[in-house]
Amino acid sequence: MSVLLIAEHNNKELKPFTLNAVTAASQMDSDLHAVIIGNNCGDAAKKLSELPPVKKVIQVEAAHYENFVAENFAPVIVKLAENYSHVVCSANTFGKNLMPRIAAALDTSQVSDIIKVISTDTFLRPIYAGNAFATVKSKDPKKCITIRPTSFDPCESSGGSAPIEKAEPSEEFNNTKFVKREEIKSDRPELGTARVVVSGGRGMQSGDNFKLITSVADKLNAAIGASRAAVDAGYISNDHQVGQTGKVVVPDLYIAIGISGAIQHLAGMKESKVIVAINKDGEAPIFSVADYGLEADLFEAIPQFIEELNKLNTIQK
Amino acid sequence: MKILVAVKRVIDYNVQIRVKEDNTGVVTENVKMSTNPPDDNAIEEAVKIKESGKATEVVAVSVGEEKAQETVRKALAVGADRGILIKADGILEPLAVSKLLQKIVEKEKPDLVFMGKQAIDDDCNQTGQMLSALLNWPQATFASKIEIKDKKLEVTREIDEGLETIEINIPAIVTCDLRLNEPRYASLPNIMKAKKKPIEQLNASDLGVDTSPRIEQIKVEEPPKRKAGIKVKSVAELVQKLKNEAKVI
Repeated sequence: MSVLLIAEHNNKELKPFTLNAVTAASQMDSDLHAVIIGNNCGDAAKKLSELPPVKKVIQVEAAHYENFVAENFAPVIVKLAENYSHVVCSANTFGKNLMPRIAAALDTSQVSDIIKVISTDTFLRPIYAGNAFATVKSKDPKKCITIRPTSFDPCESSGGSAPIEKAEPSEEFNNTKFVKREEIKSDRPELGTARVVVSGGRGMQSGDNFKLITSVADKLNAAIGASRAAVDAGYISNDHQVGQTGKVVVPDLYIAIGISGAIQHLAGMKESKVIVAINKDGEAPIFSVADYGLEADLFEAIPQFIEELNKLNTIQK
Repeated sequence: MKILVAVKRVIDYNVQIRVKEDNTGVVTENVKMSTNPPDDNAIEEAVKIKESGKATEVVAVSVGEEKAQETVRKALAVGADRGILIKADGILEPLAVSKLLQKIVEKEKPDLVFMGKQAIDDDCNQTGQMLSALLNWPQATFASKIEIKDKKLEVTREIDEGLETIEINIPAIVTCDLRLNEPRYASLPNIMKAKKKPIEQLNASDLGVDTSPRIEQIKVEEPPKRKAGIKVKSVAELVQKLKNEAKVI
C-alpha cells in the first residue's frame, strides 16, 4: 500500500492546492510519494521534496510536458501506478482533465472530488452540487481519487527532505498540440479561491447597476459573483456565475445582493463560512441559508454599506 | 463529417434534491427530469456545425433507462438527425458508460464525439476523458470555443487560471462548457418532426460490456444543515456583526 500524488505546478513553483492534496493523500496512507511531471521543473521538485508528508519525489521531465497536456501525462502515471494502491490529484481543471484518462487506462472507476477520507477505500463526496453527500467505497484494486482542495488543510510547506528520483518520460502524443494560455490578469482574486465573494442577482435590475457590486468588492478585495438569473438577463458575463451550473465557491464571507436564492444558486455557495443576504423580499429563500440577513432595498443599503466599510480602517487589503 | 453527441437524463437543475429516508439515494420518482445542461450545449454546437455545412450528420446517444429516450428525442427536436438509446438499469458509473460509448464509436465511426463537461447528478466529470483514453483519441475538455480547421479543431478551454487553446487532430472528443453557446429551444414543428426521426434501441448487456458498479454506495445523506441565522435591522448593525462577531471584515 502506498499513495502516488500528482503534483500540480507551473514548472517553477508548486500550485498552492498541491499542499492540500498532499494532506488528503497522506490520510489514505502515510507511505506517500509524489510525482512531478514537467519541463525544467527542478525548483518545483525541490519544493515538493520539502513537504513533510512526502516520502519520495519522482521527477519526470521532457519538453512535451511543458504545458501539462493530459494525453502526455497519463501514460507516465499509468506506468508508475504499477507500484501504488492509490493515485491522487486535486479536483481542479488540471486534475479533472487528467485523472479519468489515467483511471480508464487502469480500468478503475474513479472517485471524484472527495471532501473527506473515511478509510483507505471509503470516501465522502458531494453529489448534486452539494445537495447530498454520498459515502462511497471503491472496490477496485487500484484507486484513482480526486480531492476537493478547499476541504483539506494545506500541509506544512517546509521541513521535509524526501529523496528525488528521476523517471523516464513517455513518448509524445502527437494528436494534441498546446497553442496558448491566457491567464486572466486581474487585481481581483479568482472567484473559485477568493476569501470574500460579493454576488449580485436579478434584483440589480441592470448591468450598469453591477457597479454597486464592484464597489463593494473593491472595498473587501473580493471576487464578483452572480446568480444564473443575472447572467441570463445579460447583466454580467457567465464566468461570474455561482451555482450548480456555474462555480461552486466556499469563501469565508459570501455576500448575496438582490439574489432570491434559487436552488441552483444555493448549491454553489451554501458551504461558505459566513453568508450575508441583502434583499427587499423578506420571504426570499436566500435568508434561510444566511447567517446575517438584511431586509432592505439594495439601492439604499449598498451605498450605506460602502459608507460603513469606509469608516472601518481595518479592511484587509 | 459525422458528430456523435452523448446526452444524459438527469434531475432538472431547478428541482430541490431530496434524500431518500432510507439513505440509499435521492428521490427520483415524480421528479422533473431534463437533459444535463452542458449536454444541451454539446448538441447545440454539433447542430451549429452541421448548419454551417461542416458536418453531414449529428447522432445523439444516451445510456440509461427506457425513459432516457425522451432525452434523445429532445436532441432530435433541436436538430440531431437520429438517435441511439443504450438501455441499462441501475447505477452506471462513468467507466461503464465510456465503455458502452466506445462500442458505439466503433460501430458509428464518428469524426467527433461531443458531450457535456460534467453531469449535474453525480458530478463525476469523467466520461469524456475516459472515452478519449479508451479510444486513444485527443481530448479537449471544458470547451468554450470550437473552431474547425480542415482535419483539426482549435479549442479554447476554460481552466482555473483563465483560458487555454489547444489544437487537436480529428477524430477527437470534446467536452462542452456552458459558455460554449446558447442552446436553442425546440420549436413546436420541430418537436413534431422529431417524433418521426429514428431512435435505435440497444441493450447494454448485448454490447459485451460489464456495467456492474465498482464503487459501493454506502449511504447518501443530507448535507449538514446550517444553523439558523439572524436578521439585522440596519446596515450599521450588519457591518458591526461582520466585524466583531463573525470577524470576517
